[in-house]
Amino acid sequence: MDEFNDYKDYLKSHSSFPGIKRRDFFRLMGGGIYIFFRVGSAMEIMAAEADQNRLPNDLNAFLQIHEDGTVTCFTGKIEMGQGVITGLAQMLADELDVAFEKVKMVMGDTDLCPWDMGTFGSLSTRAFGPYLRAAAAEARMVLLIQAAEVLGVPLEDLDVNEGVIFKRKDKKEKVTYSQLTEGKKIERFLTEKPEVKDYSEFRIMGQPRFRVDSVEKVTGKAKYSGDIRLPGMVYARILRPPSHASKLVSVDTSEAEKVEGVQIVKDGDLVAALHEDPEMADKARRLFKAEFVGDEKPVSNENVFAYLNENAPEGNVNINEGDLETGKKSSDNTFENEFHDGYVAHSPMEPHTAMAFLEDGKMTVWAGTQTPFPAKSNIARVLGFEEEKVRVKPPYLGGGFGGKSAHQQAVEAARLAKITGKPVMVDWNRQEEFFYDEFRPAAIVKINSGVDEKGKIVFWDYHVYYAGDRGAETMYNVPHQKRTVYGRGWRAPGIHPFPTGAWRGPGNSTNTFAREVQIDIMAAKAGIDPVEFRLKNLTDQRAIDVLTEVAKMADWKPAQSPSKRGYGVAIGSDAGTYVAHIAKVDVDAKTGEVKVMKVWCAQEMGYCVNPQGATIQMEGCINMGMGYALKEVVEFEGGKVKTSNFDTYEIPRFSWIPEIETKILDRNAPPQGGGEPAIVCMGAVINNAIYDLTGARLFEMAMTPQRILEALKNV
Amino acid sequence: MTETIEFRLNGKSVSVQLDASKTLLWVLRAHFNLTGTKYGCGEGYCGACTVLIDGSAIRSCITNLGEVAGKSVVTIEGLADGDKLHPVQQAFVDNDALQCGYCTPGMIMNAVGLINDNPNPTHEDIIWGMENNLCRCGAHNRIIEAIETAAAGMRNKK
Repeated sequence: MDEFNDYKDYLKSHSSFPGIKRRDFFRLMGGGIYIFFRVGSAMEIMAAEADQNRLPNDLNAFLQIHEDGTVTCFTGKIEMGQGVITGLAQMLADELDVAFEKVKMVMGDTDLCPWDMGTFGSLSTRAFGPYLRAAAAEARMVLLIQAAEVLGVPLEDLDVNEGVIFKRKDKKEKVTYSQLTEGKKIERFLTEKPEVKDYSEFRIMGQPRFRVDSVEKVTGKAKYSGDIRLPGMVYARILRPPSHASKLVSVDTSEAEKVEGVQIVKDGDLVAALHEDPEMADKARRLFKAEFVGDEKPVSNENVFAYLNENAPEGNVNINEGDLETGKKSSDNTFENEFHDGYVAHSPMEPHTAMAFLEDGKMTVWAGTQTPFPAKSNIARVLGFEEEKVRVKPPYLGGGFGGKSAHQQAVEAARLAKITGKPVMVDWNRQEEFFYDEFRPAAIVKINSGVDEKGKIVFWDYHVYYAGDRGAETMYNVPHQKRTVYGRGWRAPGIHPFPTGAWRGPGNSTNTFAREVQIDIMAAKAGIDPVEFRLKNLTDQRAIDVLTEVAKMADWKPAQSPSKRGYGVAIGSDAGTYVAHIAKVDVDAKTGEVKVMKVWCAQEMGYCVNPQGATIQMEGCINMGMGYALKEVVEFEGGKVKTSNFDTYEIPRFSWIPEIETKILDRNAPPQGGGEPAIVCMGAVINNAIYDLTGARLFEMAMTPQRILEALKNV
Repeated sequence: MTETIEFRLNGKSVSVQLDASKTLLWVLRAHFNLTGTKYGCGEGYCGACTVLIDGSAIRSCITNLGEVAGKSVVTIEGLADGDKLHPVQQAFVDNDALQCGYCTPGMIMNAVGLINDNPNPTHEDIIWGMENNLCRCGAHNRIIEAIETAAAGMRNKK
């Protein structure tokens, strides 16, 4: 497929269409029908969510109907286990009227696929999907127009089923997509919004589809970045600093150089041992003698929240409605609380890995990354290459969760491949993965709120530090409210002792934890059942719907909390989707261990394209979310990340797993995000359930056994 | 010290000239190019590298090559019978018991070892038998169901 090298040029020049480029393109791609489309407004959504201002002008995807009737969709999105490869194919197949099995997705290859900012924010279905559907609808129309000519009948007398266009009155009069595309090269750009199918017409969307990549994955044939094998390849083991504050002063590699067959590279801050045998490369790296200096920030697990409070940046007021003082005066009870959330690691099972090879002046990098196109640009910049001379090919990705938007390993591999001329594998070990992970930031939320004698929330003064404002919406109907956000997004350069980044549903798990625990505290004081209290204060119908549904699923029996039964409730909203959770927990009062017995979850996500995939994402969110809620604590001292493996960093295990019951509400409305929403309530729903059982209230995540024992002392 | 080490690998006799202290995981991945066995943690905590040695599930990242001399090693690549998936593999497909798939080979090999040791595992047996295999995507519930399905199917066949 290397003949597609000039495809990028083609895309860049699409608006003027220089003839030569276009001819080249079609020569390379062969016959068939091409539909190109832009993802303009989707990009605006992405830009807003990613705090980026750059709006790309490139085309974002195209689909090709081949002469054999199969269809390929080229998209810069990637598949990281969440199943967009399946859901996007369903959308395309349905709108185009071809069998699901005829659709092939080519994802993320920067030489084959159009530019994409990255796969994050639960955007693939909700933002990219509508453009894909529109393109498929236009392709179908192009084919219908041709069929009308071939069959000599008016367009409105034709119908389509699985790639066969036929006369409604005489189904024997027919022509197939492959017959129509054979030997033809037809191109179309979407200029107007084409007619897409009505929800009632969907035959493939809305049907549960199992993931399409499972046989490859259960047989070990699925290739991840570390599985790429090239002749003459070497494994790189790179010198790592002891702390993020460390600067390399000197390094002595003389002992390492004595390892037979090793190649040592020293390129400024990049010092590496390379060997065809990964264990020999490891051995050589252990022989590096390096000296580092650096001033540590005075922060560790012991004082992190005091430190963050002291160093808080200026706040920005996002919402200021009514008058807080008026609200306070009409309050029967006021509540002032501070919530803490510690640093959390992404810890995907696959550490960051990349293979790079420079061949004929072109750098090809196989990298597990959520951001192949930004990776390509960064690699080109660091190497001093033209962008056209870098190709990033994402193989399967062994878990991302936001952590693989960073792609340092791909840059390292490319640098080493350029220097050595060899195929170089940079496969981080677990310690490197923890060290360089861009953690979910430690964050603080301060809420001052009040309830009147009727149980109505009358004011809400919300301050969020370091988490960003995703999920910080009040959700409830409050006349006097103000929201202040300190620091932009989930990065606070210069404050945290290491980089922080986007972690599945960025900011939202922190904000939802604080809001929904505060709501529970208010409900308890007001002496009102926590579901009833929420319904009393909600006017947003989507929130009311999910909460009502989950209460029904769990057969919720109203009671004042703490009822000693161990049931908690929480609601949230993320990526355009609404969720409500109920959890039942048990707490061992001697050890402080929490066992989540069951979780019920109702989700309203507009139209659900793949109920199977969406259900699995809900289950995955619930299971993964128990980790940050209960156990995950990154141990650090200044820029030294002391957590290095799963012996101390506890992620959810089989014995923790609750029974899970999910429901997706049936809606005919534009599809919304599914990869993140169901994780955001997990901290609050467990916290509220612990309180309901024990009367102990926690204000900090993770709610570790030690913290639970301390909270139990205060009951 | 380099020596000749012979063992069976996915049903075939193999002989290698390597240091016996080399780690089985890297011998499989780098020497034999059997990349289905994954590196996850390197210290035996996560189970992504699980293979079968004489039918028992072991962590190849903390196993020396010398330990498998004369033994039979099966990796994920050697589990299916041609195109016919092993019942545990098939059950993972049928139960949609995976997401990113990176832990999946280790999960499957550990489950096969578990069923080899105990063909009649209870729900609790499966949970505790799989306890030290980590999955970050949260596919646990379906993995348990897949193993229950596979174990039942394998019993009925016998």
